[in-house]
Amino acid sequence: MAHLDDFEGLTPAWCPGCGNFAIKKAFKEAMVELGLEPHQITIVSGIGQSGKFPHYVRCNTFNGLHGRTLPVATGLRLANHGMPVLAFAGDGDCYGEGGNHLIHAMRRNISVKLFVHDNQIYGLTKGQASPTTAEGTVMKIQPFGVQSEPLNPLALAVALDCSFVARGFAGDGDHLKGLIKEAMDHRGFSLLDILQPCVTFNKVNTYDWYKTRCYHIEPDYNPENRVQAFEKALEFGDRIPIGILYRNHRHTYEDGIPMIKETPLVKQPFDLSAMKGILEEFY
Amino acid sequence: MRDLLSGNYAIAEAVRMAKAQLIPAYPITPQTPIYERLSEMESQGTLPGVMVRVESEHSAMAMCIAASLAGVRVFTATSSQGLALMHEMLHFASGNRVPVVMGCVNRVLAVPWSFGSDQTDTLSQRDTGWMQFYCEDNQEAFDTVIQAYRISEATMLPSMVIIDAFFNSHFIEPMDVPDQRLIDLFLPQATLPERFDLNDPAFISNVVTSGAQFLPFRERAFTDMEKAKEIIREVDIEYRAQFGRGYGMVETVQTKDAQLVLVTSGSMTSTARMAIEALRDKGLKVGLLKIKAFRPFPSREVEDALQNIPKVAVIDRNISIGKEGIFCQELKSALYNSTARPRIYGYIAGLDGLDVSPEIIENICLEVLGKEMPDNLPIWVKGN
Ligand SMILES: Cc1ncc(C[n+]2csc(CCOP(=O)(O)OP(=O)(O)O)c2C)c(N)n1
Ligand SMILES: [Mg+2]
Repeated sequence: MAHLDDFEGLTPAWCPGCGNFAIKKAFKEAMVELGLEPHQITIVSGIGQSGKFPHYVRCNTFNGLHGRTLPVATGLRLANHGMPVLAFAGDGDCYGEGGNHLIHAMRRNISVKLFVHDNQIYGLTKGQASPTTAEGTVMKIQPFGVQSEPLNPLALAVALDCSFVARGFAGDGDHLKGLIKEAMDHRGFSLLDILQPCVTFNKVNTYDWYKTRCYHIEPDYNPENRVQAFEKALEFGDRIPIGILYRNHRHTYEDGIPMIKETPLVKQPFDLSAMKGILEEFY
Repeated sequence: MRDLLSGNYAIAEAVRMAKAQLIPAYPITPQTPIYERLSEMESQGTLPGVMVRVESEHSAMAMCIAASLAGVRVFTATSSQGLALMHEMLHFASGNRVPVVMGCVNRVLAVPWSFGSDQTDTLSQRDTGWMQFYCEDNQEAFDTVIQAYRISEATMLPSMVIIDAFFNSHFIEPMDVPDQRLIDLFLPQATLPERFDLNDPAFISNVVTSGAQFLPFRERAFTDMEKAKEIIREVDIEYRAQFGRGYGMVETVQTKDAQLVLVTSGSMTSTARMAIEALRDKGLKVGLLKIKAFRPFPSREVEDALQNIPKVAVIDRNISIGKEGIFCQELKSALYNSTARPRIYGYIAGLDGLDVSPEIIENICLEVLGKEMPDNLPIWVKGN
């Protein structure tokens, strides 16, 4: 059985107090509690402060391009669907530059676990508005305030019948750990949007801001009711629900490919001689 | 007016004074301060244009192309991965013959990820049909943006104004910012054709149905890029007359009697100037050829500069894997059918912003002076 330290990577260069530390802690605890060893999982990230996540943990990792996390994760998962594939992305990364990949990953229902460090800002590039920054927010490069409505990732996900839709908060570590475990256990694509205060560049969405708004979704809430889930997903203001908003049991993309149903591609014998008879027909 | 500006801020200042009307922007290090500075100007009401914050560089270039076709002057800036992502749109811009001017700050392309300078990002866009101008310092970056609008609008070909990560983009230098009145005289408001004309509708970004139809488009762009050489020279002469500064497609320093000419581009040229002086002080006949215009390639100037020169050393802050440094390749091919036939020694140095110090450059020169024949492969300078 693995220990927390087994998942420890390089010393993070995140700012002191960054919400990313809590995400890392919850991740390690969740992996240990799920009985996973570092060599058994693969993490893919994009680019951003969130994209540095794989530098600071220990397991199989791949640091991809800004916005392009999900295609890489999908390729990995198709090559070896016996291995849990986790994608860590930023809000700019995944909801902006790479937004269309998210839409198609949700449609396919590939069993990739997506964790979005949603700090409502571009952190790495030093504080520009991201797709989740509230309309009107004044920033260094948005002197007249953000002029577009924010993207609501969870409403988008429910609308697309994404098979697991949840929100966590970096300031509520135990709860977040539980959500990570649920996302991992779910069969199919999982989106966990994690509210992650950026203490340096986002002076609006602070720990206090989130703390006074976040509440645990009621225990009697039924996450399998899509219409109700859509309503829940629209709640983002004075009150912000955290927990599992929506879940369904669609068949996964992997399930739909008979060739890999029994054995992952990577474990299948690759024997060209099997083609010989077919090729000979063309001689 | 004298001012202290970084290369990024110098570009932003030039864009403001050029009165770019639409500026789509997306952040990426080390170009982001251009975007920040323009936003600051916008907030102070001193930017004559409109900025739009976009979701990707690909979208930024698409907006530039469309707005330019509609008849307005545009600007955007990027680096590295952002430029790579734009690639598809770069061909579109030149194919649609739009005079977009873009600031590019050279930064290494992943993988591995890093931030320092490396010209391979812009040089990989060599065949997209864009003009490329490599600037040595912040003053030149400012002046080149102003010139680029004139050149692009006269040729209907897009231009990249290129500086090095950090050495230019973030280092602050004293420079001269001309009066707006003088800039306006040199660069009047854009009079671009409105290609979406309600009275005369046209099919833009059209489809052709055969190679016979396709070829003339490329041939025309090629010919116009050749003609651009004369326009670049003229615009530079006029600029020099008005502002007292000009750069040429290339610049030569002490090449007349040189036994060895060093070829550089971008910020390392300033260091090379010092190294050349030091070698001259030691009695060695070394000269310098700075290549500023890379597309169109200044073949005539290069040929002229290297007549009767026995040896040339090219220092490339870029690499074409499988061949050699890209300036080195281009130089060789420019000279092959000419009467200038120096031996050409290729060096790769300064990748990812490694310092190319005066000592490194002096050592390269000494090594080449003492070497009978060039190696087949470039020599990698690891730095201090
Ligand atoms: C194609 C491309 N464009 C731009 C960038 C520059 N860039 C790096 S990270 C980033 C945004 C970071 O914001 P987010 O994804 O929210 O991550 P955070 O740093 O906030 O965790 C940008 C624009 C890039 N790496 N690649
Ligand atoms: Mg972010």
